[in-house]
Amino acid sequence: MTKGKKRNELLYFAFRNTKLKIGLGVVLFFIVLTFVGPLIAKYNPTDSVGPAGAPPSAQFWFGTTTFGEDVFSQFVHGLSSTFLVGIVGGGLGTILGMTIGFAAGYRGGNLDEVLNVLTNVVLTIPVLALLVVISAYVKVRGVMIESLFIGVTTWPWAARAIRAQTFSLKTRDFVDLARLSGESPVKIIFTEIAPNMASYLFMTFILMFGSAILTAATLDFLGLGPTQGISLGTMMNLAVLWSALMLGMWWWFIPPGIGITAIVGGLYIMNVGLDEIFNPKLREM
Amino acid sequence: MAKYFRRKLLIYLLTFIIAVTVDWCIPRFMPGNPVDLIISRAGLKGSAVSQMYTFYMQAFGLDQPIWKQYLNFWIAIFHGDLGTSIFLFPSPVTKVILGAVPYDLALLIPAILTSWFAGNNFGAFAARSKRLDNTLLPLGYILTGTPYMWLGIVLAWAFGIAWRIFPIAGGYSFAMRPALTLPFIWSLFQHWFLPFASLFIVQFGGWAIGMRNLIIYELEADYSHYLAALGAPKRLVRKYAFQNAMLPQLTGLALQLGVIVAGALATEVVFSYPGIGYLILQAIHNEDYFLLQGCFLFVVIGVLLANFIIDITYVIVDPRTRAGMQGGAS
Repeated sequence: MTKGKKRNELLYFAFRNTKLKIGLGVVLFFIVLTFVGPLIAKYNPTDSVGPAGAPPSAQFWFGTTTFGEDVFSQFVHGLSSTFLVGIVGGGLGTILGMTIGFAAGYRGGNLDEVLNVLTNVVLTIPVLALLVVISAYVKVRGVMIESLFIGVTTWPWAARAIRAQTFSLKTRDFVDLARLSGESPVKIIFTEIAPNMASYLFMTFILMFGSAILTAATLDFLGLGPTQGISLGTMMNLAVLWSALMLGMWWWFIPPGIGITAIVGGLYIMNVGLDEIFNPKLREM
Repeated sequence: MAKYFRRKLLIYLLTFIIAVTVDWCIPRFMPGNPVDLIISRAGLKGSAVSQMYTFYMQAFGLDQPIWKQYLNFWIAIFHGDLGTSIFLFPSPVTKVILGAVPYDLALLIPAILTSWFAGNNFGAFAARSKRLDNTLLPLGYILTGTPYMWLGIVLAWAFGIAWRIFPIAGGYSFAMRPALTLPFIWSLFQHWFLPFASLFIVQFGGWAIGMRNLIIYELEADYSHYLAALGAPKRLVRKYAFQNAMLPQLTGLALQLGVIVAGALATEVVFSYPGIGYLILQAIHNEDYFLLQGCFLFVVIGVLLANFIIDITYVIVDPRTRAGMQGGAS
């Protein structure tokens, strides 16, 4: 009964929250575009289909590149790799962060010491520089490999946050009770601790999702993106490489940047909205 | 305090060892041996291939046992020897990178400091002010979602191509030779401004929203309510909230360093600004792996030093770390 009531209350605040509505709206728009876009786009993203460097027109909505490729087709195809990196990279990072954060926070002691040092070490290494060195040696790169690398290197931030939360939850009475009744640590973590920080975990995932997209975009921009296919970052890379700037071909580099900014900004704004919903102290007075 | 620094130094030492080890491992255990690459580039045939192969294996010390190669690598690093650049043959990698470092420092230090101070002050100012909260803070979130290099591209296009106010390539005018003259310094400044601006703007948004959220938390804390109940003026309560919120922001700066440096590297690529980021791009295009590995090590060392400076600042700012009461910026 009380649980149902609480959920209704959250939904009530969720529907009232403008930040959540705007952020979620923007993200959903791009998700829909990812699926519908390739159906609307008339051309293959890597085919030369029109005049070189033509500005946006009725036929080529976002104009064409120096090689006569349709920018709109590239954009909608690039979106899917952006979301894939976000889900796989951000998801893997969150799962690793959860595993290490729960283990360190719940067990404490020596395991915590070791994991804490490991977390801080990986946290101090400049991730992008590391990814650059690794990617430069991989000759054939796919979006999945890229996401994997990003996930494996970006977990420490999540691990730290989750460890701190676990620490404060594990001394609570209901956790003691579960321990007294002989439940296994894994079960306690998943049935007692995790549900009580579900909102926190979800928000962590959203932030990891956003930062994975930004990291991938930077990597792609340096020319270390997927060797086949197209992503928003590679579009910017090619635009700068083929001096779209000097030629004033703004339609080549503006859309991919707007896409990334809107998705990541939307995710962040959505996160603030969620924070206000879950945390009554932050609700606007 | 001694314990605090011991712990920090242990972490930094481990980080450095791991970074060096990664640098050593990657070329040796990744598919695509650099020696094969050099030979295939030279286009040799027949017995020349195996002869050149042994020659290069010996020249790079790759015929020695693994543990000895690892030891040699460390010895070379302590001698400041990171190999020879292929792209700028025959300059040693260390020399090439040291030539680029001043540009990075000139870009990063002012951008980090100014954006941190300005962003924090603005965020504190905007907190709990409804109008600013609803107009400027969404902007802050959009800014944090902006990829550094894209903002750089847009600024370069607007101010460099469309309006022609600033130059958009290089560290100084190509027509000049480095000298301590006023026109040259002016040229340096002109080339520096846009990359600096794009770094400043993106970071500013992040600090402003971070501070705004922290101030709201602090204003809800017991001590704030207590002060208010005592009848303390609003300004005083906010002052205490601000001082308390500065500490997590300082930790935040340490955590963000890697991301900021990455942003600077990408921004340098946009503006062909001759820092390490630009070197990395050249190294990737020319498959100059020694240079790439050297850049990685320098970035790691830079981030470690910056972290250490922040740790010292933290001890100065937060008396609790001095008294050994709390962990501080862990």
